[in-house]
Amino acid sequence: MSLTNEPPVQSAAHRAGASSASPAFELKAAGFTLPVIRLLRLDLDAVEAELVPKVRQAPGFFEHTPVVIELSALPAGEEDVGFARLIGLLRGLGMIPVGVRGGSGAQHEAAKAMQLAILADSVKPDQAANEAKVEPPVAVQTAEPQVGIETGSHLIDRQVRSGQRVYAVGGDLTVLAPVNSGAELMADGNIHVYAPMRGRAMAGLHGDTTARIFCADLQAELVSIAGHYRVSDKIPAALKGRRIQIFLDHEVLRIEPL
Amino acid sequence: MARTIVITSGKGGVGKTTTAAAMSMGLAQRGHRTVVIDFDVGLRNLDLVMGCERRVVYDFANVINGEANLNQALIRDKRCENLFILPASQTRDKEALTQDGVGQVLEELAKTYDYIVCDSPAGIEHGALMAMYYADDAVLVTNPEVSSVRDSDRMLGILSSKSRRALESEEPIREFLLLTRYAPERVTRGEMLGLEDVQEILALYMLGVIPESKAVLNASNAGHPVILDQESDAGLAYSDMVARYLGEERPMRFLDQERKGLFSRLFRG
Repeated sequence: MSLTNEPPVQSAAHRAGASSASPAFELKAAGFTLPVIRLLRLDLDAVEAELVPKVRQAPGFFEHTPVVIELSALPAGEEDVGFARLIGLLRGLGMIPVGVRGGSGAQHEAAKAMQLAILADSVKPDQAANEAKVEPPVAVQTAEPQVGIETGSHLIDRQVRSGQRVYAVGGDLTVLAPVNSGAELMADGNIHVYAPMRGRAMAGLHGDTTARIFCADLQAELVSIAGHYRVSDKIPAALKGRRIQIFLDHEVLRIEPL
Repeated sequence: MARTIVITSGKGGVGKTTTAAAMSMGLAQRGHRTVVIDFDVGLRNLDLVMGCERRVVYDFANVINGEANLNQALIRDKRCENLFILPASQTRDKEALTQDGVGQVLEELAKTYDYIVCDSPAGIEHGALMAMYYADDAVLVTNPEVSSVRDSDRMLGILSSKSRRALESEEPIREFLLLTRYAPERVTRGEMLGLEDVQEILALYMLGVIPESKAVLNASNAGHPVILDQESDAGLAYSDMVARYLGEERPMRFLDQERKGLFSRLFRG
């Protein structure tokens, strides 16, 4: 199981040209969900003023995160984006600007000069939905793919049903009601469940190895911290149904009673 | 004000159509004008269970496509004058049901009926989504086994995110649990989940427990909703269920294993 930020459904991979024995590489196509910084006007001072507090709110989410700069919403005629300063700003905040989308030919030339990729212009509806990661948060109940994406720490006080997913971006997730088998909790920080936990819990989704999971009644199908996971089969029976905490100890996932 | 009730489950073969037939008949017998709609396009069964399969001329899909009007498609039940059946099409696929089309039909029915019972197909695809989209109330038909409980749980999640009430941020759908095919002696032997086990996971208002019964199969074969068989435990349990849905208090029956003590064995054989 991979716990990268690849969207679970969209990634389509295929093998290309492997003929002789044990090829040295595979050429694959994969889809990634990336945050998009959509510039609405050319005022880098304002961008900086708005971006800095946002990053402070969820530093884990932006640390070493590839981002795309979207130019399509900029008013026409303003050719000089000032890529040098913008890239410096994003890098300074821990992000890795990888490319631009939209914009004019002159802007593309400027972007290429700064080693940025030019990404395809088409905005599919599902891509637009993924941009919600940096845009306003989506409520748990209404999100179309049943993923509630919440920025910062988040509290849930109603039962999480099979098939529902909740992701607390850049923060902790606290659940006060039962989490049923087939439900998924994800958080960049810690996960707390104060009722029977029968679903999946993935803490430290962006690689935070200090994240922990706390359960009042552990019956989980799968638990994972920063990609180190354990399925129900591998959880000792003696720990099931108990108050426990789960943490990483030198890359080893440990489950201990509280 | 008409109420639209969806009979749903996720899993197939748990007793949705039996329940839709029994519940609509129960509501109609109590004097409510009731219509029951089969949403299982391509695999229609409700007409068989209701015993009106030889009277189907037009169906739900014809009405949506404007090939017939509602009154031509509705079949009046011969046993109860308050009950009407809107059969599904057997020859089309589920895409024949469009959201707008279903909405218009339900709106039209709401003018004359008190209760609109929607018999959902199994699964969580288009047909099931159409059946639940406009619902005011949902009856989750669940068997006492883990796969059925999980599927009902999944369906509850979908009701709370993809129904009209959820999308328009109205008061949420009222959700009820109906446990069917319950066999007390198998629960005692640990072969089936008990009432408490199911309630622990789903945590819904319990509308009733329908015992596993030969009467259900006999009733389906004969085209008589089982609620008409007031000699059978399943028929009585459905009567209780309808009463509870309408707000009456009824004690739960048929939960315990019949005790075959020494005396009953001696005297009743």
